[in-house]
Amino acid sequence: MYRRWLWPTLALPGVLWLVLLFVVPFYAVLGVALGKVDPVLFQPVPIWNPLQWNVGWLTEVLGRLAPGGIWFDVEVRTIVYVFISLALCLLIGYPVAYYTARHAGRWKGLILILLILPLWISYMMRMLAWVNLLQSDGWVNSVLTFTHVLSQPRDWLGGSASTVIFALVYGYIPYLILPLFAALDRIDRSHLEAARDLGASPWSAFRSVTLPLSKIGILGGAVLITLPMFGDYFTPNIVSGSPKTSLIGNQIDLYFHGGPQPTIGAALTIVLAAFLTILMLYYLRSIHRAQGEGGTAGAL
Amino acid sequence: MSTVAEPRVAEPSVAEPAGRPQPSTLTRLRGWLRNPWGKPRFLVVVTWAYIVWSIVPVLIAVLFSFNATRSRTVWDSFSIRWYWGDPVDSVWHDPTLRHSLVQSFKLAGADVLIAVPIGVLLAIGLARWRGRGSGTSNFIMLFPLVTPEIVMGVSLLLVFTHLFTFVHTGTLAQILGHVTFSISFVVVIVRGRLFSIGRQYEEAAADLGASPFVALTRVLLPLLTPAIIASAAVVFAISADDFVISQWLSSGAPTDTVPIQIYAATRAAPLPSVNAIATIMMLSTLLIVAAGFLLWRVFTRGERRGGGKAAEDFGSAFNLG
Repeated sequence: MYRRWLWPTLALPGVLWLVLLFVVPFYAVLGVALGKVDPVLFQPVPIWNPLQWNVGWLTEVLGRLAPGGIWFDVEVRTIVYVFISLALCLLIGYPVAYYTARHAGRWKGLILILLILPLWISYMMRMLAWVNLLQSDGWVNSVLTFTHVLSQPRDWLGGSASTVIFALVYGYIPYLILPLFAALDRIDRSHLEAARDLGASPWSAFRSVTLPLSKIGILGGAVLITLPMFGDYFTPNIVSGSPKTSLIGNQIDLYFHGGPQPTIGAALTIVLAAFLTILMLYYLRSIHRAQGEGGTAGAL
Repeated sequence: MSTVAEPRVAEPSVAEPAGRPQPSTLTRLRGWLRNPWGKPRFLVVVTWAYIVWSIVPVLIAVLFSFNATRSRTVWDSFSIRWYWGDPVDSVWHDPTLRHSLVQSFKLAGADVLIAVPIGVLLAIGLARWRGRGSGTSNFIMLFPLVTPEIVMGVSLLLVFTHLFTFVHTGTLAQILGHVTFSISFVVVIVRGRLFSIGRQYEEAAADLGASPFVALTRVLLPLLTPAIIASAAVVFAISADDFVISQWLSSGAPTDTVPIQIYAATRAAPLPSVNAIATIMMLSTLLIVAAGFLLWRVFTRGERRGGGKAAEDFGSAFNLG
């Protein structure tokens, strides 16, 4: 009896904590988003009974997100920014992870520590560092005008899309490199030797062995940085602050912090969470498939 | 990218074989100039350029925290004015900055004290519990790791304003929020360790007559010490770094943390004192993580396969991807 109850009892405090402070709060968002709004005070009046839920606010939000709606531009911008940032992160991150896993030799330990280091430096500190450098009289403008890349200093922090994408890449890339490294480091060198022995060129060995075997790392890292990027609002606020670079996260932030109606913010949060859940399910399915392919490659 | 795989895909050994004379720096440099795309040269350049790019801006920000003037772009001379000297705007004398530092440490400390024990027990429980409810619990545990912070921030704010109204926004709400996103990190780290030590020690203890509880406290928990230390360091770091949850659950100026101050200041006109407070926070976090690393080394002595492996093991304990 006691043997059977020991393990669930150990897990109980944690499970209870997560139910009360993770699952129930999510239900609170549903209750508010699908609730009513006080006609006088404009304060949300949550409805806890699912049978009485009112989908009015949710359809209102979906209408704003639909083509022609007032949030359509923001929505497209968010998706474009996230995918450009993701592509740049992969383009920079893959060679770095590849080198560290394959060729770093005796430098491997040091390089790994240097790759992990940014994870222990606060995100805000790293953004502050770039805000300082990108000031109109900052070092970036000094260097660029000195080398005549720019004829006069540029206003980097006044609502530039490229600055926001740059900041997103800078902020999130360390989280991508580590899973990539882990996946590349796990690859058994004998697979590559086998491919080369069978006559594959280095490039085709890379394409048909290394790349498929690192697919899980690519997907895992991509999801790890894409999900938070979709909910980001502070990065554009810090390096731009302009409505021209505002993302979905900024809309949610606006509707809660000083905005008129938390109900609309809650409904938008539900839509965002649903979208990210679909992304997550797609990832899980791809992982499943990649593992199947990995199995075939492993049988080489 | 075609050159990426070119070099030594087929050669298992990366290091130069012993005995062969090392080429001089000059010869190597000439080789580089003649063919910058050969071997992994392209990769070396990308990797080190990335490392410089990722770390040097932060070092420059640290440098300017010691600037003697109000400028964060023009270097004047070394001074600790923004830490101590300035009677109004230094970290020590500006009450807003000082309070935010205290608040950050308070939240991180409380988070470690609550999230680590709960997470360790949850990890052991989930690893051994094979019954109804274990699958669901595992599933719930993984969710906070992939939920964007803004979704968590909104849901915690709404639950505290509409359902658990006895919890007001402020320090208590912030601690509850921090623990909620920290527990899963502890579970992932401890579970990795549980997996690597296996069940044989517990089984041996059981064969020698120990009850499951005794096996747990006398055998399993001591073996988990490195993971407990690592997770305490990680929880401290993620709590100190957290911006979103702290901001959403803050009740205003007295409960603003250091990241909130940095965020607010960069959007206004910051003084080097913001660089100074960011530097203090960064050094504290790095110190705690470094201490965690050293303790990890001490506790896993004898388990390591090779010298350089320790950093990797520690890295993988910290790599939550």
